[in-house]
Amino acid sequence: MIVIIDYGLGNLFSVAKAFESLGAPVTVSRDPTIVGAAERIVLPGVGAFGNGIRFLKERKLIPALHEAVLKRGVPFLGICLGMQLLAEHSTEYGEHQGFGWVFGAVIKLDITGAGLKIPHIGWNQVIFKKEHPLFLGIKQGADFYFVHSYELQPTDLEDLLAVSHYGKEMTAAVGRKNIVGVQFHPEKSQDNGLKLLRNFISWKP
Amino acid sequence: MLNIRLIPTILLKDGRMVKTKQFGVYKDVGNPKTVARIYDAQRADELIFLDITATVEGRRLLLEVIRSVAEECFMPLTVGGGIAATTDAREILRNGADKIAINTAAVNRPEFLDELAETFGRSTVVASIDYKQNVRGDNEVFTHRGTRATGLDPISWALEAERRGAGEIFLTCIDREGMMIGYDLETVRSVAEIVHIPVIAHGGVGTVQDLVDGIVIGKASAVAAASIFHFTDQSVFKAHAHMKEKGLPVRLL
Repeated sequence: MIVIIDYGLGNLFSVAKAFESLGAPVTVSRDPTIVGAAERIVLPGVGAFGNGIRFLKERKLIPALHEAVLKRGVPFLGICLGMQLLAEHSTEYGEHQGFGWVFGAVIKLDITGAGLKIPHIGWNQVIFKKEHPLFLGIKQGADFYFVHSYELQPTDLEDLLAVSHYGKEMTAAVGRKNIVGVQFHPEKSQDNGLKLLRNFISWKP
Repeated sequence: MLNIRLIPTILLKDGRMVKTKQFGVYKDVGNPKTVARIYDAQRADELIFLDITATVEGRRLLLEVIRSVAEECFMPLTVGGGIAATTDAREILRNGADKIAINTAAVNRPEFLDELAETFGRSTVVASIDYKQNVRGDNEVFTHRGTRATGLDPISWALEAERRGAGEIFLTCIDREGMMIGYDLETVRSVAEIVHIPVIAHGGVGTVQDLVDGIVIGKASAVAAASIFHFTDQSVFKAHAHMKEKGLPVRLL
């Protein structure tokens, strides 16, 4: 069973429906027992970093995530904010600690001088830096939907799975072992996104 | 490279899709779910739903429409209309919307934008600004579907909305809405050049070239339209193809 973590913010509905449309049963839950026992975990998108981490702490979900993801090694997919939470810390609306599963920080997109707008909103090409089971069957440079003002900058480039260009090269996906995080929204990226989710369902890290 | 977004807008009243002219007289143009499905199949880059129902029953129907569209269209959805409290926003987001568009409530209480940004993140909050020429010939922001003057000018209001936490400006020229005579390029450009967040131009598109002009002359980040897809033979496909031909980066099949 795939457990989608419900941290009370944003659009979980689309993530759940996307998996269901692929024939994968999901549970949307904020119960640490259920999260701790999950076979696959998805931490979805929308919201501000501080609120997200506060909610996870209050609900005692962080130990449950540690248990499932770090100890039992179940496949984990973080989407947008769910990916940024993997970092060590963030500067969105103050200084906040993240999970620290990926070394690096979440900082405001720095594209000053490029005359570009922030947030970075829209469909952008994703360039895969590494081969990964989640990217199987997806064309290099395929378009995915992004909506964000911050990015995770991994300190270990081994963790950088994909990038995108917006005034500069920007992190689009990170991962190590059984953990993957994507900055874009696969559940909002039509066919390409559904392919990635289908790959996640069958991923055996 | 980031593609230019082409965004069909879907105006809702009591769960049906309608189309207005200058915010006045409206026509029923169909079932919003069917229309959304077509836009999805044609690879529209995003959809914006604006609800003009004021009743409790209409509200329930709005959630139902969003939910059923989000169930099968895995694409970005922005929803506006009557969102006046954080709980309204949460409800819309929980039913499948990705972004919320705030109009009247932000004018009434600008701090609402700060609160929403802090709760849901800046990128989730769209400031929807409707304006038209007032009797003095100046552009003025109107709320309540264009019926209530606010004394605000669209440029300074867009700046304040940005400062407070809007991640995007959805700018509608009421005088041009439904008229199919092209965007008010001058105002689009004045707003787009002064704010640092994306501006979506809306109101007036009658030809596919109007979309290109919105980007090239108006400097908008995204272009929204409705009538052109209903009352002409132009489709999202054809519009994208034309934009591509004119050298704009767009997403094609």
